[in-house]
Amino acid sequence: MAETEGVRRRDFINIAAVSAVGVAGVGIVVPLISQMSPSADVLAASSTEVDISAIKSGQAIKAIFRKQPVFVRNLTAKEIAEADAVNVSTLRDPQTLKERTKEGKENWLITMGVCTHLGCIPLGAGEGETKGEFGGYFCPCHGSTYDTAARIRKGPAPKNLEVPKYEFASDTVVKIG
Amino acid sequence: MSFPWAKEYQPASPLTKWVDERLPLPRLIYNALGAGYPVPRNLNYFWNFGILAGLCLVLQIVTGVVMAMHYAANTAVAFDTVEMTVRDVNWGWMMRYAHANGASAFFVVIYLHIFRGFYYGSYKAPREMVWLLGVVIFLLMMATAFMGYVLPWGQMSFWGAKVITGLFGAIPFVGEPLQQWLLGGFAPDNAALNRFFSLHYLLPFVIAGVVILHIWALHIPGSSNPTGVEVKTESDTVPFYPYFVAKDGWAVGLFAVLFSIMLFYFPNQLGHPDNYIPANPMSTPAHIVPEWYFWPFYAILRAFTSDFFFISAKLMGVMAMFGAILVWFFLPWLDKSPVRSSNYRPLYRKFFWFGLVPTMLVLFYCGGAPAAEPYVMLSQLAALYYFAHFLIVIPIVSAIEKPLPLPYSITESVLGNDEGAQLRPGHGATEAVHADAAVNPPLQGA
Repeated sequence: MAETEGVRRRDFINIAAVSAVGVAGVGIVVPLISQMSPSADVLAASSTEVDISAIKSGQAIKAIFRKQPVFVRNLTAKEIAEADAVNVSTLRDPQTLKERTKEGKENWLITMGVCTHLGCIPLGAGEGETKGEFGGYFCPCHGSTYDTAARIRKGPAPKNLEVPKYEFASDTVVKIG
Repeated sequence: MSFPWAKEYQPASPLTKWVDERLPLPRLIYNALGAGYPVPRNLNYFWNFGILAGLCLVLQIVTGVVMAMHYAANTAVAFDTVEMTVRDVNWGWMMRYAHANGASAFFVVIYLHIFRGFYYGSYKAPREMVWLLGVVIFLLMMATAFMGYVLPWGQMSFWGAKVITGLFGAIPFVGEPLQQWLLGGFAPDNAALNRFFSLHYLLPFVIAGVVILHIWALHIPGSSNPTGVEVKTESDTVPFYPYFVAKDGWAVGLFAVLFSIMLFYFPNQLGHPDNYIPANPMSTPAHIVPEWYFWPFYAILRAFTSDFFFISAKLMGVMAMFGAILVWFFLPWLDKSPVRSSNYRPLYRKFFWFGLVPTMLVLFYCGGAPAAEPYVMLSQLAALYYFAHFLIVIPIVSAIEKPLPLPYSITESVLGNDEGAQLRPGHGATEAVHADAAVNPPLQGA
């Protein structure tokens, strides 16, 4: 314990030892946290091709993308008119139907079938299911109601139903993902 | 710490003396649950729920370890292994239903235990740490119960997992990555099921550890009692063994009878028929409800239906639901009244019986009801009062209330009408009181 000024040999050893333990600690914690993230097989780029030739105007189907449902809906002219008649600035998540569909294919509304509140599957795509007050989708879990452009109109959900990345491979096949 | 008159452990045989000198475990038990722990003589039946909660934890660990011997955490077979346990394994039906109903029994007991704490002010100084650890145990129990409910991989399991992990998606910026990190995927699947099983097995032992801290913290000031007046003299207490071991034994017997009735005659009464349908990620059940013990908090979650300035309704609901429990952590400091027991708090008692209790019942009912009117509006009113009760009513009432006169001591409250009782200095038990006043100065105002 020499009474010398400045950094002593022992101070240096202390700081070096604590730093080494800190670095080792981070090195242990990072893998422990990272291992819980989605694994490679889950992340493996999956895309789904959906044949839409059999979906008549006013009908919808549920497809599967990344183990979650996708709604593919063929809107009627009336439903399109209803969606266009809404003043966008009054919406919680302002978007027009045009922004949510592809150019020239405004009748094809393709959205995730996952309520943006807590992830339930809204009703309205299946035969005979209620479409809710605004003619789109209705989530039975907490009462979120979507319109004919699948935009949130009422209830606790914060966002419109998500539009996944997709493209028309041909006039009758949609490639999602 | 214990009271100076606590009996000391005396090893009876050379063997126990030899053990005591090397590992004083029998001494620890003697001082914690034996004759070495003096307990207020006036404890009522509400003081039985601590031991019952401990019993439930043991029941859940024993039946849970058995269930894990027959279960496989894989989405392809999880549902079948639970059914196989019930149908094919010897006594498997009993183990499964004891475990499922054991969870409900555990929550019944814990809610009554918490009720006792609320009514008798058990959370007040010097027992704040006991209360805080208790709230931690309750949060751990909720997490454990939720993950356990996912394991059978039925419809309610799957959609419950989706909704509850969806709560984390409400957190701004980090919500979605956090949700994917928790699930190990984009929706509940094999990764989520496996980690839930791993944690469901781990957490009960964490709970057991916190329970030890909870009891340790309790034994420093000793148990509270229905008058809220601290122990002053030896005549205020009786030894835990045999008096409260016997009384707890009676409660355990009654619990066993009621639990057996549930287990053997109504094993599915508290479950949901939908959970006997294997999980289907493509179809949401018409009416998703959590298990009954989550209903009050689920009602608060659903009470928020419109945005509040820049905060989305979803985030508000999530914050309110967690806030409803987190506010309990602040209770010892929100309630400034020096009087513990509501028996001596006329104004607080009115808000307790006519405010908090009906509010909890309304929330409980609405949480199990569909997400429609009038339940949404009722939930909103009840949630409003719930938070007002803790954040406004309790601080104001504790500041303005004039409490009723407290008994001088526990002995007086028990034997006040007894002619021969020695109650206070100048009335008989003078020496004992004076000797003890230096050790345990009275904390009460009266």
